[in-house]
This record gives sequence, C-alpha cells and structure tokens, in this order.
Amino acid sequence: MGQSIIEKIWEQHIVHQEEGKPDLLYIDLHLVHEVTSPQAFSGLRMKGRTVRRPDKTFATMDHNIPTDNRKVINDKIALNQMTTLEKNCEEFQIPLAGIDHPDQGIVHVIGPELGLTQPGMTIVCGDSHTSTHGAFGSIAFGIGTSEVEHVLATQTIWRQKPKTLKIEINGKRQQGVSAKDVILYVLSQYGFDFGTGHVIEYTGEVIDHMSMEERMTICNMSIEGGARAGLVNPDETTFSYLRGRKYVPTGEAFEQLVTKWQSLVSDEDATYDRVITMDAANIAPMVSWGTNPAMTSKVTDSIPTSSDYETAVEKKSLESALKYMGLEEGQKIEDIQIQHVFIGSCTNSRLEDLREAASVIKGNKVHPDVRALVVPGSQTVKSLAEEEGLDEIFREAGFEWRDSGCSMCLSMNNDIVPSGEHCASTSNRNFEGRQGSGARTHLVSPIMAAAAAIHGHFVDVRKMVERQPVR
Amino acid sequence: MTGFKTLKEKAIAFDRANVDTDQIIPKQFLKRIEKTGFGQYLFYEWRYMADGSLNPTFELNQDKNQHASILIANENFGCGSSREHAPWALLDYGFKVILAPSFADIFHQNCMKNGVLPIALPKEQIVQLLEKGKQQPYQLEVNLEKQTIGDETGFQVSFEIDAYWKTMLMNGWDEIEITLQLADHITAYEQALR
Repeated sequence: MGQSIIEKIWEQHIVHQEEGKPDLLYIDLHLVHEVTSPQAFSGLRMKGRTVRRPDKTFATMDHNIPTDNRKVINDKIALNQMTTLEKNCEEFQIPLAGIDHPDQGIVHVIGPELGLTQPGMTIVCGDSHTSTHGAFGSIAFGIGTSEVEHVLATQTIWRQKPKTLKIEINGKRQQGVSAKDVILYVLSQYGFDFGTGHVIEYTGEVIDHMSMEERMTICNMSIEGGARAGLVNPDETTFSYLRGRKYVPTGEAFEQLVTKWQSLVSDEDATYDRVITMDAANIAPMVSWGTNPAMTSKVTDSIPTSSDYETAVEKKSLESALKYMGLEEGQKIEDIQIQHVFIGSCTNSRLEDLREAASVIKGNKVHPDVRALVVPGSQTVKSLAEEEGLDEIFREAGFEWRDSGCSMCLSMNNDIVPSGEHCASTSNRNFEGRQGSGARTHLVSPIMAAAAAIHGHFVDVRKMVERQPVR
Repeated sequence: MTGFKTLKEKAIAFDRANVDTDQIIPKQFLKRIEKTGFGQYLFYEWRYMADGSLNPTFELNQDKNQHASILIANENFGCGSSREHAPWALLDYGFKVILAPSFADIFHQNCMKNGVLPIALPKEQIVQLLEKGKQQPYQLEVNLEKQTIGDETGFQVSFEIDAYWKTMLMNGWDEIEITLQLADHITAYEQALR
C-alpha cells in the first residue's frame, strides 16, 4: 500500500521505538528566537548539559524587537531578553541573525529565504507558526520551551505518530482571491479545531499552481485549525525557489537532493485518516469579524446572527465576540470602518505579498482616518522591495515603512492598536487583546488590507478595477 | 517537576470555550527570562480593569472561587500560541488540574511537561461538572493512578491518559534524562545519515 509524504518523512526520522511510548524522532532543523528560549538555555546550564548540534540550530530575534528605531530600545525587559539570546548563542556556539545582521527577520520568513528549510526535513521552533515551513514538504511544528530544551540537548523529540488529513482544493480561484482567503475560507467552513491531532497535506490544482509564498501562507495558518503541522508535496516550484539559496548545496549535490526530494511525494494510493475536498470557485475575499480565525465571512456577506448557530456554546461565543469587537449581528462586512492597517507577519510579509499590496496602493492615498504600516518579514525582503521601489509606492500613499519583525501581529513591541479601534491585518490571529488591549483585529489578505487602507472600510477587491503593475 | 498521584482539592467552573493562550497569559508578560512569577498575570485582560483594579465580574475574582486547584472549562482550551508561559502561569496561580471536553495539542503537551494535568472528559460530564463547580464549596478527587475523578455526592468517572505521560507525571521524571540514556541510538542515527 502506498504512503503519504507525512508517513514517509516520519519513518525516515525514527531514532527509537518502544512499546507503550511515543516515537523518538530526529530533528533536522531547530529554529530559535528570543521569547521562548531563555528558560530552555538556563535549564541546560542548571543541569550541566550542552547543545548537541549547534550546526542544526539557528537563531534570530523577531518577536519583540523595535521596527522603527533599532538604535534605541527603551523596553529594558525586552532588551534583556535579546542580550540573553546573544549570550546564549555565543556560549553554545549557535549561529545568530541578531538585530544588526542583514539576515535578520521573522523566523518563519528567514528559514525558507536562507534555504535552511528544505523538503523532507523535520523542523521545530518554539512558535506555533512553525507550520509555515511545511510549504516545502517538511514536517514542521511548534513546540513549548521544555521541548526547546529537549531538542537543544538531544536533537530529538518524543512524538505520537499523528493522524493524517488531506485537504484537496480543486478548480480555479477567482481574480482577487489570495492564498490567505483560501485558508480563511477553510477555517470558516471547518472551524477552529478540526485539525487537532492531525498533520494536514494540502493538495489539488489550486495548491499545485500556487507560488511558494502562497503555500507558506496556507501552511502557516494550519495551527488556526488546530493542526500543529500542514504541508505541501515538493515540486518544481519548490526546487526552483530553493536553487541558489544561501544554505542550499549547489551543482550536482543539489540535483541529487532534488531526486531524493521527489521520492518523498505522496503515493497515488496513499490513504488518510480524513479527506476534505473543496472547490475554489466558492472562495471569495474573506474578512474575519470575530475573536478567532474561524469567525470569518466573505467580504460581501453580513455578520452571522444568533439564529445561524445551533448550540448554546456557539451562540454565547458569537455574543461575546461581537461585544468585544463592537459589532452587531447582521451588520454588513463592507460597513465595518477601520482605523489601522497592518501589512506584515509570518503569514503575509514576503516580497510577493508586498508587491500585491503595492499594486493596489499605487497611485492612491491612505484614507485620512487610517494609520497604515508595512513591516517587511525580513531585512532581505525589505532591501529587495526597496530595489523595486515598493517602499516609495507605500510611502507616497501615506504608509509607514518599517524594519522587519513580528511587530503588530502580537504587539510585543511598541506597534500597538489602541483599545476599541479596528485594524485590517494580514496576520494570523484575531484573539482578544492580540494587537493590544481592547484592539479589534480583522484578518485579511494583503490586497484586501491595501484596499481597506484606501477606503477606510472593507471593500471587495474584485470590484476594484484599478490595479497598477509594480514591476 | 514533582510526582503526582492523587489530589483532593477545590474545583471551580470556568464556563468558556476556545480559551486561547493570549488570554491565559498576554504577550506583554512574555519578556521575562524566568519560569516563575507568571501567576499574577494569569488571564490579565479579563481579571483586571483598565485602572488595574480587579474586575469583580470575572470568575476567578469571586470570593467563592478563591484557592482552587482544579479548573473546569469548555472545549478547545489552550488554543493558539506555543507559549509555555500559559501552563507556568496556571501552575504559579495554583491550578494543578484542568478539565475540559478538548484541549489544543501544544498546550496539552506543555501542561504535561510542567506537571499540570489536562484531563479531557466527554462533553456531558463537563456540563455536569460545570454546574457543580458553580456551587461552592465543591471539591473533586483526582486519582491519577486509578485514572478516576469523583466527588462526595457520588459523581465518579474514569478518564483516559497516555500511558507514557502517566508514568512521567506520577514519577516526576526528567524527560531529557530519559532521552540521554538513548544517546547511542541518536549517535547511530546520525552516523547512518552521513
């Protein structure tokens, strides 16, 4: 019987199996950042342990670094966390893309960009959006700090073999429907925990035709459906993205890797614990209106009413979400006024995302009631965008143009949405307080965020005829 | 981590679904480099008013709900980020057991690693327990060895737990120490890769 890519990668990484225990899996790449690692390093030190494979470990700073002026860090506690990472990396010989390093960026943007992320790998990081790296055909998942310590010490992790879920998306997307809309649509249809205990394999025509950037957006939000990991089979798109990247072998060695990677692709007769199929024609530009990512509707729809839900728990969730968001049942999505626009985060801050947003922005102005910022996913994305003149397009329209970091996705630095105000955000979570205490987040694609910036409320980008080529 | 066998303590109702880790411990408190002292920030946005005073309508602030060790909640508890600060905050506040119909994966694992026991029970049983937990005083006895939960009014149910985690929790073992005993296997795997 055939195997899925999930089963193939899993089997290749089993170090030890024993009755009554999870599998002990080898980890090929461990990404580290400043927020979830300090307690892990002090744990090592307390027990006199060391990092087994610093050469398979890579660190950066992203969660709480400033994106405006990097020379002055006023937050002393955040500064302490950053200098602690520097000291830990030095002591344990771990490569670090620190605050002044040209490779610095959001950990899930730089892993792929540097070619650290490769097909067939097992990848972990103390961050739930590690699922992003699955776009390359790797099993990549977020872990807690105890497991960060465990991987540092042993380069392995104990894991129960996950269940498998295939999501097949066929048909053609409408113009103006982004990868972000596809994953938000999946969440809106199947809810917020349908993937718990599973690894998702995304397949179908729509995924096949997507760029690596789009696949990363999809895999990134697997965790919002409860799945720790989501992946896409590697193909020519994957290989050509990786060719020539900094940490990828060149020449004959690369071609040998490609042959190996091709063998990972799911067999046609592979079976799955669950299969979902959908038609992309049903997908429209999406906007979240509630306090979890599954509380999302098409931009042309209205906010649901209590009668749309069956259970008391669901009705109560709707009521408390709308109370927090300051919205009414049945209100039209297009009537929601916004005061902030955030284009950034590990979901949508790559060069392609910025190009897309710029094509909507070009020649327009940000609405006078809106404050808008672009935070590129890495310093590399930033400089490439500047070479293309995207920064000028954004600045001329009235956007702030920042240095890279997680920024307003979780507002650990100074990039905060004030209480009671609405933000059209290309990030991944609309939880209460995520972008600031009392902040009201609406998850959207980069072009939907750009269109909202111009109009001051949500608009259906499919109706906007004026898109300017930016390249 | 200390071992855990049985516990008979106060259990309170926390009738909320999809409680995410951003609510359990908001991001502004993730900048510390220690594992301790997070309890004061648990459920910060719900627990405190804008002026820093306690929010009197929040469950944990009510007199009847003080000094509890067992939290009874609704489905998908702990969804969202991988921050282990969430179980650190729950534990530091005093919670040792969380009961819910379902848990998010990463949170569930993070609890186990820190000696907080997350127990998933069928929805009907949680509905029953939520009602009981709203009336105080209310105590539950959790027996990890026998995998049972019961109260003094005759409520008695059994629960499932992975055998591996049961052994780890009951003995308070250090997982890294166990793995390091398998160092030869890891080295052999690495050599085969070359």
